[in-house]
Amino acid sequence: MSKLVLETLQAKLGDKVVETHSHVGDDTAVVVPAAWHEAALLLRDTPALDFDLFVDLCAVDYPSRGDSGRFELVLHVYSTTRRHRVRLKTRVGDAEGEHAEVDSLVDVWAGTNWFERETFDMMGIVFREHPDLRRILMYPEFRGHPLRKDYPAQLTQPLVPYRTEEEAGMILDKVTPFGADEGMAFGRRWFDKGGG
Amino acid sequence: MAESTTTKVLEGGEQGFATTKLDALLGWARKYSLFNYPFVTACCGMEFMAVSSPRYDFARFGAEAPRFSPRQSDLLWVVGTISQRQAPILRRIYEQMMEPRWVMAFGTCASCGGFYDNYTTVPGIDKIIPCDVYVPGCPPRPEAVFDGLLLIQDKIARGVRTPSIVKPRVDPATDLVQINTPKKKEKASSS
Repeated sequence: MSKLVLETLQAKLGDKVVETHSHVGDDTAVVVPAAWHEAALLLRDTPALDFDLFVDLCAVDYPSRGDSGRFELVLHVYSTTRRHRVRLKTRVGDAEGEHAEVDSLVDVWAGTNWFERETFDMMGIVFREHPDLRRILMYPEFRGHPLRKDYPAQLTQPLVPYRTEEEAGMILDKVTPFGADEGMAFGRRWFDKGGG
Repeated sequence: MAESTTTKVLEGGEQGFATTKLDALLGWARKYSLFNYPFVTACCGMEFMAVSSPRYDFARFGAEAPRFSPRQSDLLWVVGTISQRQAPILRRIYEQMMEPRWVMAFGTCASCGGFYDNYTTVPGIDKIIPCDVYVPGCPPRPEAVFDGLLLIQDKIARGVRTPSIVKPRVDPATDLVQINTPKKKEKASSS
């Protein structure tokens, strides 16, 4: 049974399936980006496959892959009637993260709508013909895509300007801004007696 | 100002009068009638519920009235992680409160961002609004929250606005036990 899905995909899509592997029950097929939507329709509409439940959509950034498809788009679907699941992948984008585009799957599984928005928000992958492709987690003013490996880890983009230390009259760094003589009055006394 | 002020409590049936300073009187009145605005965003909210429910019950300290309008409240509880997206909302809530107003940072995330050191989280609400008392803990125990509440009442009564922090009642480092791991037997030199 486990080979059925992958063999059907390979028989119908031919060269568009780049590679497949099946490990401890996890069936995975990698298709070319142009066949992304076609493969999804095939999974849903072939009676023997009947993938009716969309599970997950996400993306992984592999900067070392360079122009050969830096982002790996991962789709998980499940069939509630046949009780099998499959993982479909495709590789998009060049080394700079440009041209990362695939067809939207919203018309195949409506549940992919917000997942595609999240993938766009975090990774910057553009889903063609998505009905409402805008950020879902970050705010519209945010620049860049935070889960890309080249997003600077320390870069924050505050919506409210931070208070300056002059304005606050205290150190605002992530260090303890209080001396040993500050804190609760009775707690201090208790500590001075050597409690603990 | 506060050091020389004393407060005398008149018992029932006792007659006479007591003198005090106006500031001290106002502070004494304010500290037992705190109207809370709980700004609850994350998991610390569960601990806030524990503090407000009968087992711990912060009504004992005259701070039991939650006002879900910032215009009617004078103590802002910031309970939980503040994301960059929440920051303008928190700022606006604070600006709607009337003077005098106090702010308590409940939990590590509100105090300094906690372990969220990334693009999405404000590293401590004092980056946005002034904060009076910090209660560390992930989440803080209700006892620590009461320490913070009493601390803020103490500050209100004394009219002090210096930020302060709740310290642990017991230093966890004093109870550390050195675990003795059995030494590995030295390998017999094979010659």
